Amino acid sequence: MAIWLTKESKVIVQGMTGSEGSKHTRRMLAAGTNVVGGVNPRKAGTTVDFDGAELPVFASVADAMKETGADVTVIFVPPQFTRGAVVEAIDAEIPLAVVITEGVPVHDTAAFWAYNVSKGSKTRIIGPNCPGIASPGASNAGIIPADITGTGRIGLVSKSGTLTYQMMYELRDIGFSTCVGIGGDPIIGTTHIDALAAFEADPETDAIVMIGEIGGDAEERAAEFIKANVTKPVVGYIAGFTAPPGKTMGHAGAIISGSAGTAEAKKEALEAVGVKVGKTPTETAKLMRELMSGR
Amino acid sequence: MDLYEYQGRDLFERHGLPVLAGGVATTPEEARAIAERLGGRVVVKAQVKVGGRGKAGGVKLAEGAEETVARATDILGMDIKGHTVHKVMITVTADVAEEYYFSYLLDRANRTFLCIASVAGGMDIEQVAVETPDKVVKAPIDAVEGVDEAKAREIVEAAGFPAEVADQVVEVAVGLWKAFVAEDATLVEVNPLAKTGEGKLLLLDAKITLDENAGFRHPDHEALVDQATVDPLEQAAKEKDLNYVKLDGEVGIIGNGAGLVMSTLDVVAYAGERHGGVKPANFLDIGGGASAEVMANGLEIVLSDPSVKSVFVNVFGGITACDAVANGIVQALALLEQRGEKATKPLVVRLDGNNAEAGRAILDGANNPLIQRVDTMDGAAEKAAELAAAGV
Repeated sequence: MAIWLTKESKVIVQGMTGSEGSKHTRRMLAAGTNVVGGVNPRKAGTTVDFDGAELPVFASVADAMKETGADVTVIFVPPQFTRGAVVEAIDAEIPLAVVITEGVPVHDTAAFWAYNVSKGSKTRIIGPNCPGIASPGASNAGIIPADITGTGRIGLVSKSGTLTYQMMYELRDIGFSTCVGIGGDPIIGTTHIDALAAFEADPETDAIVMIGEIGGDAEERAAEFIKANVTKPVVGYIAGFTAPPGKTMGHAGAIISGSAGTAEAKKEALEAVGVKVGKTPTETAKLMRELMSGR
Repeated sequence: MDLYEYQGRDLFERHGLPVLAGGVATTPEEARAIAERLGGRVVVKAQVKVGGRGKAGGVKLAEGAEETVARATDILGMDIKGHTVHKVMITVTADVAEEYYFSYLLDRANRTFLCIASVAGGMDIEQVAVETPDKVVKAPIDAVEGVDEAKAREIVEAAGFPAEVADQVVEVAVGLWKAFVAEDATLVEVNPLAKTGEGKLLLLDAKITLDENAGFRHPDHEALVDQATVDPLEQAAKEKDLNYVKLDGEVGIIGNGAGLVMSTLDVVAYAGERHGGVKPANFLDIGGGASAEVMANGLEIVLSDPSVKSVFVNVFGGITACDAVANGIVQALALLEQRGEKATKPLVVRLDGNNAEAGRAILDGANNPLIQRVDTMDGAAEKAAELAAAGV
């Protein structure tokens, strides 16, 4: 069953006709994702050929949903158009919007988030600046490589793309129910807590890997949430122990401000609620492996 | 990007907010010109992005042009907590009767913005919040609705600003919000927001952070970068579109993806504990593509750092295939040789994921004595640390 994205999900791509959008639409199709069309008002009514699959282009998200029954949109448009694209998805009340775009101004993300809340939060937003969501063997919405791992019973939630891939690779023999890359920006739609809650409720997930990094206090809040609400075992990893304060480490949100947002504080918060935290990605995978072999 | 106080003062002035007349000088002669323009008593303030400059002697009063020149001469070149003073701001003085606090900032946890206001200004607001929490108002701001007059009045009343300045604070709150949005700031902090003896409100200090992701809307923000304090390697990397941060260790790091690179720094630092305390020399994320050219540019930057003794290339092939990355590394070394910058430092390469076997075969086939292949991240970090320790 997995979380949020299943075999039944019908996916559209905003920015499908752009270079990144078309590259990844092809990859998503190859991964077995049910991609049903794209959105580009200037090319509405045309189709795009993806190795024999003719995908229609619609004028708007609402049109695409009406014609295809789409319930997921993956957004690849450039940063200056991202706010508009997400607002359009929210207006169409699509259940899931995955925002891949990196470099979105935080005022824009704050604005579309506030807009979504004002409209009753009918759209789950993942991202921005994220690799997307993959339910191995079922569907793949975003840029996570589909062939790293098969389906299994571990749930994965991570701020980082390549660390997600690394963890999927380390545990590929066990497999994953769903892997969610929530993104490395200061404001993101779906949080660790949202994913933890969904994995806790998912009968096909037995254990959860949570990957965090420096900046903000999302991991600390996730620890509180785990203590109160998560009964499934959680293994954690935090990146950025050696990052200096005041420097942005690649991700816009990965910055230690004063004494806040350090990896040490996050690790301590997680360990305090019984989450085993690995020192390296490999050690983290080993902790999960031990846990799963005991089942 | 964090702004200097004088840049903040200028920004406030541009947005019609009440600030003291002033200017910025990099030499005593420039300071003289400003003092002559302003006339009378002035304050000379060191421009550094660190707190505690007053205690360090970086803020002085001066009467007239001659004294201003003398004070500017004292302060320019001064070292304040490791920051050299390259600029001084000179403003007219204010007769301060009361000091308040006002700021807007990003609230990551609540995915919105926050206004913090207090009538107890002039000191560290975090301390005020701990000692007298009832004197600090934290009001969430809806990113779509923003701060209009009604919202501002709500904040002013909640914070208990005196009636005689309430209207002025409302005006400042609305204007400051406009500036915050218009400039794509993630922090504007005014401490103190001062009331003068005549009852006039002034923004006496400015702490501003701008969102670099919004640079495409603000071509003028590029000019706010202080080139004098930019690390030359970071500057060179930026020109090549590389995401590089200079650190102070000996192991050069190249990887793909911000999270993986941060993790690589940690793993190398742990390994360094067993090898003479060597540390990562930099953060460098070459991103998803990792073509030969990007790899060559990255290697060039990392190898040009004299403190680097070994390099760890840590790539997980996700979308990028490892054979392409391996070709990139081999071609990069050849390219550097062509550019006359032949590499002499050992490279430890770990490739995993998509087409890893083919990538490893390419590295082996290259038969380059500088390249050492280790197939696990932890093992490769160990090797890179060991080589760096041997080369120190």
